[in-house]
Amino acid sequence: MTTYPFKLYVAFSTALLMSKVVAAGVPEVATSCQSCHSFETPAAIVEQNLQNRIAPPLYFAGNKFRRGWLIDWLQSPSQIRPSGTFYAMHTSTVDGEDFVDEGSLIPHTAVGSAEAEELADWLMTLTPKAELIAAEANYTPGNVSPRLGAMDFVKFKGCGGCHRDTPEYGGLSGPELYTAWQRLQPGYIVSYMREPAAWDSLSTMPNRAMGDIQIHKLTDYLKTLSGED
Amino acid sequence: MRNTLACARNSFRLLTAIALFSCFLPASADVDTGRQLYRSYCSQCHGLDGTGNGINAPHLEVAPRNHTDRSEMITRTDEELFKAISEGGQSINKSVLMPNWGKTLTEEQITDIITFLRALCCLDL
Ligand code: HEC
Ligand code: HEC
Repeated sequence: MTTYPFKLYVAFSTALLMSKVVAAGVPEVATSCQSCHSFETPAAIVEQNLQNRIAPPLYFAGNKFRRGWLIDWLQSPSQIRPSGTFYAMHTSTVDGEDFVDEGSLIPHTAVGSAEAEELADWLMTLTPKAELIAAEANYTPGNVSPRLGAMDFVKFKGCGGCHRDTPEYGGLSGPELYTAWQRLQPGYIVSYMREPAAWDSLSTMPNRAMGDIQIHKLTDYLKTLSGED
Repeated sequence: MRNTLACARNSFRLLTAIALFSCFLPASADVDTGRQLYRSYCSQCHGLDGTGNGINAPHLEVAPRNHTDRSEMITRTDEELFKAISEGGQSINKSVLMPNWGKTLTEEQITDIITFLRALCCLDL
């Protein structure tokens, strides 16, 4: 008999539990996504608990992602979070040292191009946090010196402890950020840095109480990494 | 009359017992809440077992504190720990890599984490 690891068991039972919560107005094409993702605003989610969160919430997808990125990624998904949605669920300790249990990170399902377009169009209509984006309208994208930007990101602000700003360098508990500019709307990046909990009350990213200038500089660094003019 | 008095005395005893008992209750609840919070927020750097070897540790220029090190931990007061967690490493002349959690966690949650830290370093769990 195969014995499944407890973590997998938890993931599956949570998936089953969550699948019973069907958000109103979810189109046919997105119903299967709900076995892992939540399209419901937190008050309606069974009980928000990081300890059993198996996938990022998507109920504010339209305030977060770029449509073009969604269409591409849904067809050929790649890993964004090196240690999964909640790292402790994918971390093992051996001889007193923690490492990411790679085998527990299941590759994302891919969809065809027509479905990807349909999904992206619908996801982009989920915009309950529009006012947070509107509050950041004074950000004008610019570029910074890559060297100074990296120094700020790693040494002065400590972002590199949890995030990668290159595929090889940085911490593992946060989403990779060398693809952030292609993936995310600038207003979301700025707003998330300002107050992670305004987006996700369970976010484990610290609020560093930064001002506009500091936040805009870091956002410009993420733009600079993308190589976009 | 005597009955009422006895009754009042008994309920007083009962209340005292409840009050005394509940003094102990929150303390143990704190450790559990603290343990859960530690797992969510601190373990990414300090490790699931608190020895300072979290998944981010190899990528940090300054090694995260080993919270199971009794000799180090007993030199810190609760106030110092609170300040370090709430305002970040810089506030106690340590590394900027230790973030300020005071805008993320409530004072009560930070106190719960400290209760857990004390149990982790210095009591046999
Ligand atoms: C088996 C569980 C599961 C199912 C089913 C699933 N996903 Fe995901 N999804 C995940 C996980 C886990 C991640 C995080 C991947 C990462 O960060 O590397 C994710 C990430 C995403 C992201 C990026 C989110 C972010 O915040 O970075 C999008 C968009 C997404 N999924 C859309 C969908 C859509 C649309 C469907 C349905 C067609 C779907 N997913 C079905 C588990 C699932
Ligand atoms: C202690 C670890 C930690 C530190 C330090 C940290 N972050 Fe994060 N960050 C996270 C986690 C965890 C998430 C979100 C996880 C999720 O949604 O799955 C996140 C999310 C983000 C996001 C949104 C990305 C997305 O895909 O949704 C941005 C942008 C970001 N961080 C930038 C920064 C910057 C800039 C700094 C430095 C000022 C920083 N972070 C410091 C852990 C951290």
